[in-house]
Amino acid sequence: MQATVRIRRFNPEQPANNGKFQEFKLDVPDSTTVLDALIKVREDVDGTLGVRCSCRASICGSCGMRVNGQAKLACKTKIADVSRHGEPITVEPMGNMPVVKDLITDMKVFWDKLRQVEPYLQPEGPAPKGEYIASDESMNHLVGVMNCIMCGACVSDCTVLAVDKNFIAPAALAKAYRFVADPRDSRTSQRLGVLNESGGVWDCVRCMYCVEVCPKGVAPMERIMKMRDLAMEAGYNNTPGARHTESFASSVKSDGLLNETKLAIDSTGIFNIPGQLAQAPVAVRALLRGKLPPLFGHKIKARKQIKRVFEKVEGQE
Amino acid sequence: MKYAWWPGCVARGATPELYMSTVAVLDKLGIEYEEMHDFSCTGAGVLQERNQKLGDTLNVRNFAIAEKLGLPIMTICSTCQGVMAQAHQRVLSNAGYLKEINQVLAEEGLEYRGTTVIKHLLWILVEELGVEGLKKHFTRDLSCLSVAPFYGCYLIRPSNALGLDKVPIRETSLEKVIEATGARVIDFAGKKACCGFPILLINQENSLKMVASHTGTAKDGGADAMVTPCPLCHLNLDGYQSKAAKKNRPDGHIDLPIIHLPQLVGLAMGIEPRMLGFQKHIVSAKDLLETYRAKAGAIAR
Repeated sequence: MQATVRIRRFNPEQPANNGKFQEFKLDVPDSTTVLDALIKVREDVDGTLGVRCSCRASICGSCGMRVNGQAKLACKTKIADVSRHGEPITVEPMGNMPVVKDLITDMKVFWDKLRQVEPYLQPEGPAPKGEYIASDESMNHLVGVMNCIMCGACVSDCTVLAVDKNFIAPAALAKAYRFVADPRDSRTSQRLGVLNESGGVWDCVRCMYCVEVCPKGVAPMERIMKMRDLAMEAGYNNTPGARHTESFASSVKSDGLLNETKLAIDSTGIFNIPGQLAQAPVAVRALLRGKLPPLFGHKIKARKQIKRVFEKVEGQE
Repeated sequence: MKYAWWPGCVARGATPELYMSTVAVLDKLGIEYEEMHDFSCTGAGVLQERNQKLGDTLNVRNFAIAEKLGLPIMTICSTCQGVMAQAHQRVLSNAGYLKEINQVLAEEGLEYRGTTVIKHLLWILVEELGVEGLKKHFTRDLSCLSVAPFYGCYLIRPSNALGLDKVPIRETSLEKVIEATGARVIDFAGKKACCGFPILLINQENSLKMVASHTGTAKDGGADAMVTPCPLCHLNLDGYQSKAAKKNRPDGHIDLPIIHLPQLVGLAMGIEPRMLGFQKHIVSAKDLLETYRAKAGAIAR
């Protein structure tokens, strides 16, 4: 089949074409992956193309890059799947990281964040004679997180990292969960305390990019949500994020619906007077346009049934 | 086709113009609906982070009510659609889990068998009416306008729960509707990114950077308006745009009207802008409507 690959070029030593797309037309077998195509370009057409790869079997995590605007492993992506009708495929380096050359990025930011969460077991007391034993049940749910091959796809497409370099970002937060939830680790509470700070679990916007782009099903965002719950259980509940979740739940439990006005007041903190005043201009503008929901808002008729569902399901825990 | 219409919390709260414009458009398009007054909030993903089973049970309760009526659900909120689709995927792929949830619902006399279809109005427009079918209802040519699409995360991801692989038109559905009105599509990288709303009350600085980036890029790209099928995106992109611009733009201005999907469709159908609730926007739609009144001519049939 015919494939058209448009590659974003970058060469620090010859900057004339930096950022521009270069198009290559190739004749390839139907089963060709994006990585196969890139290697063919490098070997047959342009030996200067910079591309990082190793295993070609989605194990090593080296060939993370953006294909048609979304981070993927080039070796796991078939041309036929991303170009159903032969349309050109765009290939770019990963985002949120500086480019070294063409499709190769500098992953320092990825590794720095990983180190930040102390990604190793910190048990307590004297070391056992043999291994640290943990039951299958207590570890099985961590298998998914341990599948991470550190390709950087989730960090590349993280929408929070794009605006805030302080955010610990999905890969490192998923790794943090791996140790927070490990029964052998002794620093669960301290870890959650750190993750509860700025740049931690509450700064995630739940956009699900990391879940979508992860080639190994790690689902970092789901781990982040789990750590929010664990942090609240561990007593870290006086943050805007924790108050937001609690207020949301209490509103749905009592009314069956969300009350946006109450949510804003509760999340900011009822005694946070500067915070409440900062909300005021927007609230006044909304009021003038006839769209500020009442503090004691709409309720559904079936709210008794909703309350019962809450009590019954929460009682099962 | 008749639908069990779930407006969601925000269309009846902070974005009344979405409710108004939806009713105006549905009536004229001949889409029948019954408003679901007994549905609860879907949890918006927030309830799910505290207790996923609780969120799923509330959603399955909604599905069961619609199933009893024999009607597919129509949503008008990307977040409602996404959260419902995810819950649906979880219960359909795990019979034991659905059974546990049905046991909770049994006291209310409800049982979900797994047959309810859940569709956002945007999907109904492009899949049920079809682009050509939709065009038949249009009386005004919007080629005088340039409109940027903004989907809302939950209508795009996770793609498998939303069926994007099985129904590929969903991935470009918003552009399809903009094109159908005759307006020019302003494409930009952030159209499928997060608007920042989920952290508005948690990390406002980051949230405002997202608002400024998306609305600013669209405006710089020539957009007269941005259209969204998500009222939560609207709340942030409209309500906080001026604050975001003051903090993040050198000139302190963006002034890009953020319009709801049915408002765009309503303009193309020739419905009076006041009936579509444009007067309720925080970022004024005055210039947009002036261009519309002056230049959006009648479509010759």
